[in-house]
Amino acid sequence: MNLFHQAQCLICHEIIQPLMGWRAIFSEEKELIICPTCEGKFEKIQGEKCRICSRLFQFLDERFRHGDLCHDCERWEKDPEWKGYLDSNHSIFIYNDFFKEVMAKFKYRGDYVLAKIFVQSIKEFLWKTTPDLLVPIPLSNERLYERGFNQAEAVLIESGLTPTIPLTRIHSEKQSKKSRLERIHIPQVFQVDHQIEIIGKNILLLDDIYTTGSTLRHAAKLLKESGAERVQSLTLAR
Amino acid sequence: MRFLLKDNILIPEKNKEYALPISQIQTIPQPSLNPNFPYNPDLQLLLSGKQLLLDDLPFPLDEIQTHYENGYITYRKGIEYSRNKPVCSRCGNKTENWFGQFPCSRCGEICLYCRKCLMMGRISACTPLIGWNGPTPEHHLPNRILEWKGQLSLGQQSASNRVVETVNNMKELLVWAVCGAGKTEVLFAGIESALVAKKRVCIATPRTDVVLELTPRLKAAFPEINVASLYGGSEDRHLYAPLTIATTHQLLRFYQAFDTVILDEVDAFPYTVEESLQYAAAQARKPESAMIYLTATPNEKWQRECRTGKRAFTTIPARFHRYPLPVPHFNWCGNWQKELKKDKLPANILNWIKARLENNKQALLFFPHIRLMEKALPGLRKLAPDIEAVHAEDPDRKEKVQKMRNKDIPLLLTTTILERGVTFPNIDVAVIGAEDDIFTECALVQIAGRAGRSKDFPRGIVTFFHYGKTEAMLKARKQIIGMNQEGVRKGLIDE
Ligand SMILES: [Zn+2]
Ligand SMILES: [Zn+2]
Ligand SMILES: [Zn+2]
Ligand SMILES: [Zn+2]
Repeated sequence: MNLFHQAQCLICHEIIQPLMGWRAIFSEEKELIICPTCEGKFEKIQGEKCRICSRLFQFLDERFRHGDLCHDCERWEKDPEWKGYLDSNHSIFIYNDFFKEVMAKFKYRGDYVLAKIFVQSIKEFLWKTTPDLLVPIPLSNERLYERGFNQAEAVLIESGLTPTIPLTRIHSEKQSKKSRLERIHIPQVFQVDHQIEIIGKNILLLDDIYTTGSTLRHAAKLLKESGAERVQSLTLAR
Repeated sequence: MRFLLKDNILIPEKNKEYALPISQIQTIPQPSLNPNFPYNPDLQLLLSGKQLLLDDLPFPLDEIQTHYENGYITYRKGIEYSRNKPVCSRCGNKTENWFGQFPCSRCGEICLYCRKCLMMGRISACTPLIGWNGPTPEHHLPNRILEWKGQLSLGQQSASNRVVETVNNMKELLVWAVCGAGKTEVLFAGIESALVAKKRVCIATPRTDVVLELTPRLKAAFPEINVASLYGGSEDRHLYAPLTIATTHQLLRFYQAFDTVILDEVDAFPYTVEESLQYAAAQARKPESAMIYLTATPNEKWQRECRTGKRAFTTIPARFHRYPLPVPHFNWCGNWQKELKKDKLPANILNWIKARLENNKQALLFFPHIRLMEKALPGLRKLAPDIEAVHAEDPDRKEKVQKMRNKDIPLLLTTTILERGVTFPNIDVAVIGAEDDIFTECALVQIAGRAGRSKDFPRGIVTFFHYGKTEAMLKARKQIIGMNQEGVRKGLIDE
């Protein structure tokens, strides 16, 4: 038994050395969750980015940029069937190798406590915007049973927030191998629960990774068609 | 998931009102074996001696349940509570901060899970561990089992006899064999003797490299025997075999499987620091079984137990080629880290290196930390541009070791990562900063053991450059000298 409380890094399990000097004063009440080395491996998305999807322009060829939109968003917004449903997406981290590794452990291995890593960033984001409903992208029942928890919901719960579940997934997740066109033309991915008050609401969708944005747009479309006023999304990485 | 206890049988049941997560059921009833039940032989092969999760089994739950109801399958609690404290049944973890909890969609409760063995699939309070309770698969013996035609040295032969004896008597034995003694061959007769008696054998080693190196050697020695080679991501995961070679981690999937367990490099990381691996090794052997420990450098506790007669052991004090082990020289090199800050190295170290470069003698240079090693590299490259440095997380590690083998590199700087396993035929070895805590007695003996390995070049020079002698250095030298003396005494060394 340790006489002194020694926090272990949630990711690498090393003992976290307490901060020295003045920084320690400011982080006193902040629970030590990950070590500085692991923290340093996360890259925040910072810089000029796409108005809708948060894609960083610095890694994007000029040809794939249309004013303040990226090529993908420009395509979505040109399509009358999809235009204007997803108001914006905010992503916190760059989907680098380290993030990929952490996410695999969290989501596929099912290491639930890793949700804590994202609490601070979620809270910071919610200082700037105050949605009426926090809606995690749901998993299908089979997938939920297999994993034991929904990763997006886990992050909200661990942040002390209350998720609302107006959506259920009626189409399975096994779509990563499908083309963009196929994904867009899936008739219905989600179903809406009309018991939950959606009309006029400002909704924040939550998902772990922004890849093509099609899942989020499917959800946003359904919610807006059901009367939502505004639909934004927050993803942990892209 | 949840189970209903009905008529002294567990039944999977989703209804929350009646059913409970398995860890909340006091005792798990085990139906008696129904000899007339037509059990599934594939399930038997997959589950014999194992403890797996339902997610690992490519069989429907119904089939598993019928086997349980007929006594062929056991359900164990994934997490047991001992005096209200959770213990993971698979890895033995009972440390509070190695457990997490989550709102579980399988049982609908806040479910406790083990983070220690998470990589083998998550075990939580509602997880049953599935095992086999039916007859074990028969393995048919070929006429000839051991096809190895080599000759054991005198030292190997006496150790080999002890191994056979231990295997037959289901006892424990430590084989303390110096680096380069040829310990694998020492096992062959014992393995044969176990196989003849239709016993199941497992060789477990901490590192995947070693599994990959041992597998072809054992397949060649026992060509007619099925050999399962297990490591993270290997294809043999579900293969039932009389002879299994596995990383110590893989033992976590076994339960009372083996009549003989051979544990290689018991002194090496991570076996020494991971209690869960020691637990796994204990779980994988049958209650009545033999255990052979192999090491070149037992820790102090084990050495003491050997000396005081508390632990059965045998030594192979000399190398196969009958030359003594190189004894390390101690050279004081002053405050070398201070010199290094000024991009310099102490003169005696530099002279040692220059002499090797001039005589075209390859050498390994051990550094206590990556940072110091990388600081020294640019300066040394001025002497010879082909000098390389390697460490644990180096993505080019394998290539660099290969280049060293091909003699494309005159000098390889390394952290302790190369302290064991790798052999280069004709090298000298130096440790820079042997006083560092990272160089334990065991590490230093292993490092010294890199030199003089081949019968064509049995003499290598080993030098410990230090800024103050440590206990570990002295003990390492004492251990090496002691082994050489024993080798001479037993007539295993020719001088
Ligand atoms: Zn860390
Ligand atoms: Zn965009
Ligand atoms: Zn559960
Ligand atoms: Zn465990």
